[in-house]
Amino acid sequence: MLVLNAQDQAMRDGAFGSGVALAMRIVARTANVMGARELIDISSAHIDGCLYHGPASLDFVERFVQGDTRVAVPTTLNVGSLDLIHPELYHGDKTTERAAERLMKAHLALGCESSFTCAPYQLKHRPKAGDQIAWAESNAIVFANSVLGARTSRYGDFLDLAAAITGRAPHAGLHITENRAARIVVEAPDFARLPGRDVFFAVLGFLLGEQAGATVAAIVGLPPDSSEDELKALGAAAASSGAVALFHAVGITPEAPTLDAALQGQAPARTISISIDQLAAVRRRLNQGRPGDPLIAVSLGTPHFSVEEFEQLVELFALHDGPLKCDFYVNTSRFVLWQLETTGIAQVLAKRGVQIVVDTCTYITPVMKKLSGLVMTNSGKWAHYAPANIGVSVAYGSMQECVRSAFEGKVYFDEQSS
Amino acid sequence: MDQSGWSHASTLAAGHARGAVLALEPLSFWGGYDAALGKIVEKSHPCHGRSLAGKIMVMPRAKGSSSSSSVLAEAIRNGTGPSGIVLRERDLIISIGVIVANELYGVSVPLVVVDDGVFDTLYRCTQPIQIDAPHEGGEARIEIMSGTTL
Repeated sequence: MLVLNAQDQAMRDGAFGSGVALAMRIVARTANVMGARELIDISSAHIDGCLYHGPASLDFVERFVQGDTRVAVPTTLNVGSLDLIHPELYHGDKTTERAAERLMKAHLALGCESSFTCAPYQLKHRPKAGDQIAWAESNAIVFANSVLGARTSRYGDFLDLAAAITGRAPHAGLHITENRAARIVVEAPDFARLPGRDVFFAVLGFLLGEQAGATVAAIVGLPPDSSEDELKALGAAAASSGAVALFHAVGITPEAPTLDAALQGQAPARTISISIDQLAAVRRRLNQGRPGDPLIAVSLGTPHFSVEEFEQLVELFALHDGPLKCDFYVNTSRFVLWQLETTGIAQVLAKRGVQIVVDTCTYITPVMKKLSGLVMTNSGKWAHYAPANIGVSVAYGSMQECVRSAFEGKVYFDEQSS
Repeated sequence: MDQSGWSHASTLAAGHARGAVLALEPLSFWGGYDAALGKIVEKSHPCHGRSLAGKIMVMPRAKGSSSSSSVLAEAIRNGTGPSGIVLRERDLIISIGVIVANELYGVSVPLVVVDDGVFDTLYRCTQPIQIDAPHEGGEARIEIMSGTTL
């Protein structure tokens, strides 16, 4: 049975206005569904309400705007349906475009930051280990829990904003230490020195999601020098194929200095050993392109590309002369774009024909020029969702293979991986 | 089930409804239900092409993206959503969609959770059913309308 404290009750009863009351009713009603006994303070929120799903999306946010409601904690925004910096890229329905823009701007009126990114962990301020937060967007949730050691349940539409406005969240799920213990162990094969290593992280993540579902796993055997970008790819893929909200990488992530720590001293329910062959099989399943098939585009940056990934991309471009032979898109945040403009990377890539997309993503909204044909990506998440969302087929390879393929205009795989 | 033929359930959102049962395998409303057209569009779903409008949706749980809450709320708003929902698990995505539709539009779609035995009976039910869920967090009752008891 949920018990609200005096402040929660005052919010619910309208002492802070009708918007806060609505938000508290939603938090409290949801807490009851989750079986929470109390609410806890949160220190940040990340909102996934900027994608337009119809009038109900707007009605919800505008109800708060009309009540002059503001968010109570630092709150970032996930991608919207439009690139507000490059609005000309959108070629969908005009009515939807206007509603989608209204939705993004209504969130700003509530005091949310204009981050419009699915990778809020790449912004200047990010949560620390142990921070209680309310984040939405599956890849951001898994990154915050796993790589940062912050604590969030799987928040989604409506509840994320209600938590941001009240600064409160149900004390349940991954906010609670015991629920963060790994229940299964996944033994990864050694792929540390294989070429195109980025793909193995995403493929392993994809397999993890299928095997673990919503169960917390401890992964052993990942390369000790696994980068944040590689763990980002792993988590995003795992959250696409399953409901993974937390994994531990033993020796790498903050709650897993040892396997025993990740398991919180308990024996695992099962141990799954994964071979290189299994990873190769998942990779083949995600890929619909054969070597030599013509490409309409390459799309990178799902989740949004980091500055480090852009630096790698520039190095790969330096290996190739001449023009790109297909369209080339990279999704990122406007915050990362500003940094690229300062260092000159944005200008270098623009000159080589790369279209940087911000505020949104190429697989959720019509921004790519051509939407019929084969698109190559290194993202497990993009490969999983794009065919149903925007109707393209997908060739799946490493960043290096994607770049080489773009300069050939057709699918190229390194020998070792094809 | 008690002697009067009512079957017991827990109420996640209050309301009253009666209608034909549409038994569904887990559906992701986002990408799986077109709330404007009012039909299931997930190609591989066994109920592809069916509408939920006016039906009692009997589904173990949702699957997929949390954006499904928005799509369900939109479907309830425009009348293409179910009139009542029976779940086997306390699904957060479905619950939030129903709660927000209730808060924004005052529509009360009863949302209840039942145990495995009752769920299996309702999942196979070919007759209309009635859900009586007066209080959130309280007990609800479900009746098969033809006089047949559960």
